Amino acid sequence: MQNLNWLLKMAWRDSRRNRSRLILFMSSIVLGIAALVAINSFGDNLTQQINSEAKELLGADVELESRSPFPDSLYQFLQDENLQLSEERAFASMVYFPKNGGTRLINVRAVEANYPFYGAIETTPISSAKTYNKNQDALVDQSLMLQFNISPDDSVRIGTTIFSIAGEINKTPGQSAITTTVAPPVFIPFSKLEGTGLMQRGSRINYKLYIKFPDGIDDQKYFNEVLKPRLEKEEIRFDDVEERKEELGDAYSDLTGFLNLTAFIALLLGCIGVASSVQVYVKEKVKSVAILRCLGASSLQGMYIFLIQISIIGFIGSIIGAAIGSSIQYFLPQLFADFLPFEIELSFSLPSFFQGILIGLLASVLFALVPLLQIRKVSPLNVLRSLGWGKTSKASRFVYVLVVLFVFGFSYLQLDSLKEAAVFTVSLLGAALILMGVSRLIIWAVRRFFPNNAPFATRQGLANLYRPNNQTLILVVTIGLGTALITTLMLSQDLLLDKVKLSSSENQPNMVLFDIQSDQVEEVVEITERDSLPVISEVPIVTMKLHSLKGEFVDAIKEDTTAGVRNWVLRREYRVTYRDELIDSETILEGEWDGRVESATDSIFISLDQGLAEDMKVGLGDPLTFNVQGALIQCYVGSIREIDWQRVQTNFLVVFPEGVLEEAPKFHVLLTRYEKVEKSAQYQQKVVSKFPNISIIDLDLILKTVDEVLGKISFVIQFMAFFSIITGVIVLIGAVNISKFQRMQEAVLLRTIGASRKQIVRINFMEYFFLGSIASLTGIIIAILSAWGLAYFSFETVFVPNLWAVLITYIAITGLTVFIGLTNSRSVVNKPPLEILRKEV
Amino acid sequence: MNQILAVENLSKTYQSGEKSLTVLSDINFEIEPGSSCAIIGPSGSGKTTLLGLCAGLDEAGTGSIILDGKQLEKLSEDQRAAVRNASVGFIFQSFNLLPTLTALENVMVPLELLGKKNVKPIAVDLLEKVGLGDRMHHYASQLSGGEQQRVSIARAFANQPKILFADEPTGNLDQETGETIEALIFNLNKELGTTLILVTHDTELAKRTDRILQLKGGKLIKDSASATSEKA
Repeated sequence: MQNLNWLLKMAWRDSRRNRSRLILFMSSIVLGIAALVAINSFGDNLTQQINSEAKELLGADVELESRSPFPDSLYQFLQDENLQLSEERAFASMVYFPKNGGTRLINVRAVEANYPFYGAIETTPISSAKTYNKNQDALVDQSLMLQFNISPDDSVRIGTTIFSIAGEINKTPGQSAITTTVAPPVFIPFSKLEGTGLMQRGSRINYKLYIKFPDGIDDQKYFNEVLKPRLEKEEIRFDDVEERKEELGDAYSDLTGFLNLTAFIALLLGCIGVASSVQVYVKEKVKSVAILRCLGASSLQGMYIFLIQISIIGFIGSIIGAAIGSSIQYFLPQLFADFLPFEIELSFSLPSFFQGILIGLLASVLFALVPLLQIRKVSPLNVLRSLGWGKTSKASRFVYVLVVLFVFGFSYLQLDSLKEAAVFTVSLLGAALILMGVSRLIIWAVRRFFPNNAPFATRQGLANLYRPNNQTLILVVTIGLGTALITTLMLSQDLLLDKVKLSSSENQPNMVLFDIQSDQVEEVVEITERDSLPVISEVPIVTMKLHSLKGEFVDAIKEDTTAGVRNWVLRREYRVTYRDELIDSETILEGEWDGRVESATDSIFISLDQGLAEDMKVGLGDPLTFNVQGALIQCYVGSIREIDWQRVQTNFLVVFPEGVLEEAPKFHVLLTRYEKVEKSAQYQQKVVSKFPNISIIDLDLILKTVDEVLGKISFVIQFMAFFSIITGVIVLIGAVNISKFQRMQEAVLLRTIGASRKQIVRINFMEYFFLGSIASLTGIIIAILSAWGLAYFSFETVFVPNLWAVLITYIAITGLTVFIGLTNSRSVVNKPPLEILRKEV
Repeated sequence: MNQILAVENLSKTYQSGEKSLTVLSDINFEIEPGSSCAIIGPSGSGKTTLLGLCAGLDEAGTGSIILDGKQLEKLSEDQRAAVRNASVGFIFQSFNLLPTLTALENVMVPLELLGKKNVKPIAVDLLEKVGLGDRMHHYASQLSGGEQQRVSIARAFANQPKILFADEPTGNLDQETGETIEALIFNLNKELGTTLILVTHDTELAKRTDRILQLKGGKLIKDSASATSEKA
C-alpha cells in the first residue's frame, strides 16, 4: 500500500512538468471513445425503442405475406378464431399526375380502412389518414408530391381511376425515408383496387393480411400454439411482433456494428498515437528511470510510475470521450432520420458510457504497454553513460498478441462473425504492417542512396527521416492508416455509383416497360417507333410453377430432408420466356440449345441457369414438369447457361424453345433506350396515358435514386470518418510536438552556427513534405488495393480509380502534415537561439 | 571480514559484434568502512566502469564484488537495487537530478523508497546543511550547476549510506564551486562516518583521500595503500 502511495506520488510529481504532452496523449483517444459511445448509446436507445414500438412498426400483431391470394380455408380459419383482419394488396405501378403530366413508377398500397391496428399513417393534413378510405381518395408520398409539385387539392391517376389526393404521407408504420425513396408509396382504398384495372394476369402483386388478436389473450402463447402451426402448415410467410423486433434489431445492430467499427478505427488510430507518443516520452525518461534505479527503485517500480500516468490520462480521456459521445448521440437522430422507421427518443445510456470508459482505458493501457515494458530493461548504468534501453522483451511480444486479440475480440462483438472479424483484423494488421514496412524501407533507402549533391535543405530534411528519435515510423503508420481508411470509403462509394452507371452506358437499354398485355404489344411498339426510340427487345413472359422434378412431386421433395434441393426452387413462381436463339449475355456451359420444337409430340428441351440447376440438383437430360396456369408441361434439361446478370437485359432462369408456350397466357416486356430526359418523360406520358397497366422502369431515375440513397449512406460514413480524420490530426500534432524537442536542439545548433531562418523553415518543410508524401501515398495505394479487392471479389466489376480524388487526397494530407509541422516548429525559427536554449532544451 | 567493499579477481569484457573489449582485468582490492579512496587514471582506463560495478550498477564479467556483506554477482538487478537503496549513495559529474522533481523531492525520494515516513523534515534539514534552505522548491533546471550538485550531495546522504560513490563530482564545476563541493563531501563523510569512493582526474582532490587506486588500460597499476606498506 505504501508502495502504491509512493508510486502515485511519483506519477503525480513527474506529470507536473509534462502536462501539456500528457493532455495531447489524452486527446488522441477522446474522439475515438466519443464516437464509440455515441453510436453505442444511440444503438441502445434504438433497441429499446424497437422493443417498445414493435407493434406500431408492424401495424398489427401478425402480418401475413404471399405472392398469390391466400387460400379460402385460411380466411375461414381466421374468422372462426375471431381475429380482426385487414387486407392489403401492394404492387409496383405507374402514377400519372394530370396536373402536369408527370409519371413515375411507385408502390401502390391498397389497404382496408382498419389498417393499421397499431400506430398510424402520419399525414398532412392529419385528418386525411382517417378520411381517405371513406372518401375514396388517395394518399401520396411527400417526396413524390414534392418531385412533381403536387398539392393535396390535385388528383392522381392510378390505372384507369383518377383519385383526389386527400393528403401527403409523412410516415407509414415500419417504413423509413430510405425505403420510400426507392419506392414511394401511394395509398388507395382497398375497395377501389378492382376499378383501377391493374389486377391483371402477370401483375406482381404482394398480398398482405394484417391480424389483430382479441383483447385479453396471451398474445405470444396464442400465436405459438394456435396460429403459427396453422400458418406453417399452409406455408404462408409471416411476421409477428417478436420476429419483427428481431429483424429490426438485427438490421440496426448490423448498421451500428459497422459504424462502431469505423469509430473503433478512430480509437485505434488514437491508440497508435498514444503508443508512439509514449514511446518517445519514455525514451526521454530513460535517464530519470536510471537515476531512480540507482537510488534503489525496482525495475517494476520504474515502469509503474509511467503506467499509472498513462492509465490516469487514459481514464480521464475516456471519461471526457464518453461524456462527449453521450452528448453527440443527441445529434445522431438527424443523421439517421432517413434510415429509421420512427422518431427516436433518446436518453443517457449508462451501459454505453461505462463500456466506453472501459474500452478506452483498456485500449490506451494495452497500446502504451509495449513501450512501457521496455522501461523495465533500463540499466542503472545509464546514469554513467548513455546506453538507451534494452531489446524488446518476450513480454512485449505477448502484448502485441494481446493487442491483436483485443482488435479481433472487439470486431467480433460488432460483426458477430468470426470470419468477418478475422478479415477486419487481418486487413487492419496488414495495412499497419505495410505502412511499417514502407517506413523502414524508406529509412533504409534514404540512408543507402542518400543524395549527397542535393541542396542543403533537402539533405537535412531527408536526413531527419532516419536521425535518432525520428518520427518516420509513427507518422507514416498513423497518417497512412487514416488516409487509407478515408480513401477506401471514398473509392468504394465511387465504385457503387460506377457500377450503376456502367449498366446505363452506351447502347445498353435504359428503359424497361413491363406488364404489357399481349393485345397491347403491337400498339406499344408503334408508339415507341413513332417516338424514334429503338425497340431493343420485346420479350414474352409466361408464369409457371414447378410441379415435379426428376419424376418426384414437389411436395414430396419438400418433405424429404435428404433431397438437398433448395427450397426456393420448389416454391417460386417462374417467369419464363421462349425464343429460338440465345442472347449475348448468355453462354452455354453444358449441352446444346435447340431453339424450336417442331411438333407437339417432340420432347421439349429447356435451358437452365447454372445456379438454378445446382440448386435443383439436376443435370442434362433430367425431366422436369411445370404447371403453366393449370396445364402440365413435361420437359427435359437440354442445356445449362451462364448468365451475366449485370447487363440490362431480360435474363431468365428458365428459357423454353419456340413452339411450346405461344398459346399460354402471358405478358410482355419491352426494352428501349432514350438519349434525352425530356424525350423519356414525353414517351412515358404517352404510354401510361394510353395503357395505365404498363409499368416503366427508367434507369435514369434509378440512377438518381441510387445516387440519393448512396449520398445519404455516405454522409453517415463520412460523419464517422470525420472522427478518424480529426483523431489523425491530433495524433499528427502530438507526434510532431513530441519530435519538436529533438528538432529544436538540432535547429538551435544550426542557427547557432549560422543557419538562416529561411533555411530552417526549408529543412522543416522538406522533412514534413517527405513524411506527408510517403504516408499519404502509401495510404492511397492501400486504399486502391482494398477498393480493387472489393471491386473484384464483391462487386465483380472493373475498378478504375478516380485519379482526381486520389490527387486531391494526396495534396490535402501532405499539405496538412506540412502545415502542422511548420506551425509547431515556428517557435524555433521565430526566437533567438539563446532564449530557446535556456527555455526548452 | 569487516570490509565494506571487497573486489576479487574482477574482470569486465564488452562484446561488440565479433569483437570483444576488455575494460577491466583482474582487479583486487578491499576498502575499510569509514575510509576514503580515490580511483584515478587516464580516460578509458576503466575508472567509471569499476565504480559502476562496485556500486552494483552493472554485472561483473568474472570475479567477485562484496558490498556491505552482499556478494553482488549472486543478486538480481532488483536485489542489487535494494542494496543500493539501503547502503549506497551516489554523486555524479552531471548531477543526475530528476528533472521533473523539485530539489526537496529529489532528496526525499531515497527515503521514500526505503519506506520511511515523515521524511520531509529530514530532507529539509539536509538541504539546509548544504546551504539550499531557500531553494528547495526549485526544479533542477532552475538551479545553477553548483546548486544542483549540492542537491545531489544532500540526496546522496539522505539514506545515511554506508558507502558513497562519487564520479568526478567537481568535473562540471568551476574551481571555486568545486572546492565548496569537495569540502561538503569530505565534511559529511567525516561527520557521518560514510565510506567514500571517488573517481577523479583531479590529483589534488585524490590526495585528500586516504587511499588512491590508479588504473591504466583496465589494470590496477598502483594502490597507494600497498605502496605505503611497501615503503614502510
